[in-house]
Amino acid sequence: MPATAAEQTHSSSLVLLCVAAWAIPGAGHLWLGRKATGLMLLAALPLMFAIGLAIHGRLFPFELTEPLVCLAAFADLGMGAVYFLASALGYGMGDVRAVTYEYGNAFLIVAGLLNLLVVIDAYDIAVGRK
Amino acid sequence: MQSHLLLLATFAFFVSLVFALLAKDEPREQLRFGGTLFAGFLVAALVLGWLMYPFPL
Repeated sequence: MPATAAEQTHSSSLVLLCVAAWAIPGAGHLWLGRKATGLMLLAALPLMFAIGLAIHGRLFPFELTEPLVCLAAFADLGMGAVYFLASALGYGMGDVRAVTYEYGNAFLIVAGLLNLLVVIDAYDIAVGRK
Repeated sequence: MQSHLLLLATFAFFVSLVFALLAKDEPREQLRFGGTLFAGFLVAALVLGWLMYPFPL
């Protein structure tokens, strides 16, 4: 059975919501009227990502020959616009000699993964599961 | 910032904060859950650290 216009509009806005939530951490929750949660996510996740960059973490490249590096790259990409901004500004080169290098990687990777969880949470709220 | 303990605590703080915001709806519940999670992360890291202390690198 073909989807009705209302259903199509709903799915388009759901896709838009998820893209916004991915691109700007907390934007999905702000869109859905959860202002306090959205603002806290908007502050916390980019700050965590910035700390990762500041302590010499690396934004991993998409090297298909190195599966773990590729997975880490996907996790980094979870931060959305912040990831692209950091890459464009030349951050995230990483310094393997720094004592905080691995911590930096952990901050960057986990910030991206947490943002993906935030996207899923925004989706669940939008469809009424939560 | 090179202190491992401080970095560990900072990491635990951010993860606990996001989990608490996602898992609970009421601010009081979020504070309680986040605090418990944060304390759990710190205690687990310290206990595991001491358990691994005798092992050589």
